[in-house]
Amino acid sequence: MNIIEVRDVSMRFNMAKERVDNLKEFFIKKAKGTLKFEEFYALKNVSLTVERGDVYGLVGLNGSGKSTLLKVVAGVLKPTTGTAVVRGVIAPLIELGAGFDMDLTARENIYLNGAVLGLETAFIDSKFDEIVEFSELREFLDVPLKNYSSGMVARIAFAIATVTKPDVLIADEILSVGDFLFQKKCEQRMKELMSGGTTVLIVSHSIEQIERLCNKVAWLDHGRIKMDGPVEQVCEAYKELDPDAAAEQEARGKK
Amino acid sequence: MQKMKPYFKDFWRYRHLLNNLISRDIKVKYRRSALGLIWSVLNPLLMMLVMYVVFSQIFHMTQLNRGDVEVNFAVYLLTGQLMYNFFSEATQTAMSSVLGSAPLIKKVYIPKYIFPLEKVAFSFVNALFSLIALVIVMIFTRTAVHVTVLLFWVPMVILFLFNFGVGLILASATVFFRDIMHLYGVLVAALMYLTPIMYDVSILPAWALKFIPFNPMYWFVSMFRDFVIYGQMPGINAWIGTCASALTSLAAGLLLFKKTQDRFVLYI
Repeated sequence: MNIIEVRDVSMRFNMAKERVDNLKEFFIKKAKGTLKFEEFYALKNVSLTVERGDVYGLVGLNGSGKSTLLKVVAGVLKPTTGTAVVRGVIAPLIELGAGFDMDLTARENIYLNGAVLGLETAFIDSKFDEIVEFSELREFLDVPLKNYSSGMVARIAFAIATVTKPDVLIADEILSVGDFLFQKKCEQRMKELMSGGTTVLIVSHSIEQIERLCNKVAWLDHGRIKMDGPVEQVCEAYKELDPDAAAEQEARGKK
Repeated sequence: MQKMKPYFKDFWRYRHLLNNLISRDIKVKYRRSALGLIWSVLNPLLMMLVMYVVFSQIFHMTQLNRGDVEVNFAVYLLTGQLMYNFFSEATQTAMSSVLGSAPLIKKVYIPKYIFPLEKVAFSFVNALFSLIALVIVMIFTRTAVHVTVLLFWVPMVILFLFNFGVGLILASATVFFRDIMHLYGVLVAALMYLTPIMYDVSILPAWALKFIPFNPMYWFVSMFRDFVIYGQMPGINAWIGTCASALTSLAAGLLLFKKTQDRFVLYI
């Protein structure tokens, strides 16, 4: 059974040359007949199936539609045409710390953010120590989040988002937060989830990371899928694209 | 009905979020103020005091008579104010709730009506605190208490539904047209003077009286006063006025919100 099924999805944005977001301008422009939009397709006829247990990578240059596709799968964006079906509970790690309130303490934010992810209060109670342990920030628990560094915020956010055993984990460039020790820890946690049967959909600019984690990859180019399949094939082809970039990735990989 | 089922399921899953958002608002509002929660009682009390001094000293109003019932002006004022403040606070905060939650909406899937609903619920909690202020004033002025006072919550609950409907309409309209915020502020101020909060309808000129039945807030305020001050059952007109406006606004709000919510993320 496919756990994620994206069928023929197109996502259109109306890009107004000047953004009209108030009544006054709307009526003036309408009267003058200058209310024009430029259509822009961030995704065009994209189909993608992910099987249970897959670790699926998305690669592509900036602006190729990777993040848009993730947001469609996560339900944040509703596709203009086509359908995206996910069978199971999603944990979105699209941007860490969405839903944090900087005026509240870390303790309060753990509950708030858990609720944003649809978790029950009793469940967070039972997992509270685990979250705190993972983020290594016990001594700062009752400090308002605005006094935290961005790395500390990311730690808390990652700890909350991965405390559940979601069916699908959607990750957008999240493994680039925090210091290298914490990055390792995050990757370790991701691997635990994967071995526990969680399906992962991941966007990363680090080819080396994709190769290490994923078993399948799709390469997006200008909103279309240029190639998809097993990780070796697609990554080889993608690296051919730009010799300089490939060399750089290689060098980073050896470090 | 079958089509509505996913909505209820969604709501059940995110009920903790609603709780958490409300308690966040309360914490953020009163954090770092020495008196804390007492402010939510003190604030309406002080506001009422200001208006009371203005109207009793400058306009010489201390008592309102309705038939042979004498009504203390402070109690009259506070009942009207409590209901109107609930309306204006709930709708105005609900209006900007979707825009204000832009960072969240852009990153996580959450049923979006949660945001206006939360603001209306938070205002409801505030109104309950103001109720304590009302009780204090009623005790202080030795206002007679009738058994109907136990039904004080009826108009408040109907007003909750009315506010939610209006809030949904405003929240989705504001996403597309930001200047509605400024227009609505003026509207709320104008409507306040059209609602008998600090005066009795009997002082209005005949032409203005004709408009009164079309103001939903008139019906909410008078139903509340019937229960709390006059100790009588509201007339059939008041029931129709409140229930019809609540149902209409709720239906219109839910429909408009459902139709536009998928496009929110593109405009915020």
